[in-house]
Amino acid sequence: MRIDIRNFYFSYPGRKVLHDINLIIEDSEIVCVVGPNGSGKSTIVKCIESLLVPDSGQILLDGKESRNMKRIDMAKKIGYVPQSSNLTFSATVFDIVLMGRRPHASWQSSMIDIDIVIDILLLLELEDIALRQFNRLSGGQQQRVLIARAMAQHPELLLLDEPTSALDIAYQLDIMNIITNFVTKKNMSVVMVVHDLNLAARYADSIIMLKDGRIHARGKPEDVFTEANLSAVYDVEAVIGTQKEKVTIIPVARNKGKEKKYERERAPTF
Amino acid sequence: MSDLSIIQQKRIDLRQSYLKHKGRKQLFVGILIPAVLILVGFAVSTGSASISFADVFAVILKKNLPGLNLETVHADVIIWQLRLPRIIMGVMTGMVLGSSGAVMQVVLKNPLADPYMLGIASAASFGASLAIIFGIGFWSGPYLVIGNAFFFSLLSSCLILGLSGKKEASPESMVLTGLALLFFFQAMTTIVQYFGDADAVKAAVFWTVGNLGKADWNNISILFPLVVGGLLLLFWRSNDLNIMNAGDATAKSLGVNVGFTRIFNMIICSLLVAGVVSFTGTIGFVGLVAPHVVRMIIGCDNKFLVPASGLVGSALLILADTVARTVMSPIILPVGAITAFLGVPLFVYLIIKKNGTNQ
Repeated sequence: MRIDIRNFYFSYPGRKVLHDINLIIEDSEIVCVVGPNGSGKSTIVKCIESLLVPDSGQILLDGKESRNMKRIDMAKKIGYVPQSSNLTFSATVFDIVLMGRRPHASWQSSMIDIDIVIDILLLLELEDIALRQFNRLSGGQQQRVLIARAMAQHPELLLLDEPTSALDIAYQLDIMNIITNFVTKKNMSVVMVVHDLNLAARYADSIIMLKDGRIHARGKPEDVFTEANLSAVYDVEAVIGTQKEKVTIIPVARNKGKEKKYERERAPTF
Repeated sequence: MSDLSIIQQKRIDLRQSYLKHKGRKQLFVGILIPAVLILVGFAVSTGSASISFADVFAVILKKNLPGLNLETVHADVIIWQLRLPRIIMGVMTGMVLGSSGAVMQVVLKNPLADPYMLGIASAASFGASLAIIFGIGFWSGPYLVIGNAFFFSLLSSCLILGLSGKKEASPESMVLTGLALLFFFQAMTTIVQYFGDADAVKAAVFWTVGNLGKADWNNISILFPLVVGGLLLLFWRSNDLNIMNAGDATAKSLGVNVGFTRIFNMIICSLLVAGVVSFTGTIGFVGLVAPHVVRMIIGCDNKFLVPASGLVGSALLILADTVARTVMSPIILPVGAITAFLGVPLFVYLIIKKNGTNQ
């Protein structure tokens, strides 16, 4: 799916978050959104999913304006994985993944949907916990279940909000390989918020670097992850290198004069 | 074995264990239906005048198949005029309280929610007190009290939906407005009762403590279409509740109209509970406990939870009513006071058992 964001502004009450975002994301592309905390990364993803209403500007999904699309039509095309999900009442992993079929099936889930869910569960190695309660799983397992649900949706666009933050390095690789596989096989596009710059550098076709709600840099990992950009956006001095033809980033120190001073609090005197 | 056949085997295993898991839930609902019917028979045959189980079904059969000539002696009147209406009212009330309790807990994202959460019961009490003490009401004749209770409980839920629905109906604002209205109507009731004379106040207080004694075939014929229609609508939308339970953002991204689903369910529940509460008064605890009992047994899948909670609610209420009728016979205690007596031990037992197995 091709996403075209034009003159996009968004603010929460009393705080402007996104300023004049102009952006095109091509079909079958893995795009990673990076930036410091509070720079508007998650907000962009939520705006594409129409969970948040912009102040002005528009988002075109394959040429159609997203605000005119019905929720159910959007759900057939876009899968969204939130940072975390808290269920008031727990459900089994299988039933949660089966929810992903909801936009396609209507009331009753058919056997075909059940088979699709089974395939996804095997693919993500969730078969042993398929009938366990979601609320009793570890953070990493929960994250994989949420990704499985979005994949069961068979989306044309997958939106991921820090999908690997709770995963160990082995599962990080697994998940990223599975996602890359889906992108090439099913022409899916991926927009993903990540904190891990090295992971972004390794898997992304394109990087969007945000600073204070504006796009600071956009392009291939090797063009975006430069010492100058990291210094400007993160206030961090970093060493940029290359390993196996991929950019690597090693943060070294805070920029001079920007170090946070953690003074020991003086004991109160009475 | 090759890799492919291992995967194929895993696939078959997984499908089977899922279908088995689902089958267990279906079985539970399937067993509940005859269980409630048997309980109804038991409840009808129990009372100060003892009637045999066989007589109960003979009377029911005779009424429905006039050609049949069965010997039933004096059981006719007792069963047909006294016990059966009361017990059918109990079944309907239990269904409504159990099912709408289950729905409201999910919709309001609050395990402590019960059908009276939105001030419906206290508004109904206010309406009834107004009618009983001052004879003021919007209906006249035999339905003065019932009509008034119904009107005020709907007024309360309309106020809540109106106030919290201004932006997007958030569960927190609904619960808070509901609590505020609950206290408001309680205060109003107190003031009305303060100015009433002793006998009228006593009658009003008795009305408030729920009981099934006011049931007759007329009431049932009024309530029946509302209950059946409302419950079917709740069952029909229960799959969306599963997705609502995953959080508003997730539900939206899966194509569920969150605002509509929440309001729709609240309106149906309010209508159902307002209807029931007007005829029976406040019967507490069933709506809170029945869904939790079912969750402990079959989990939180709302497709099964909502109907099963209704059936468990019915069973609990009939059982409580039978105890209320027999324990101090011939005095009939108000069932509203008995439900908690019966429900609390059951509930505590289930909680302890669940902690023990750590399942």
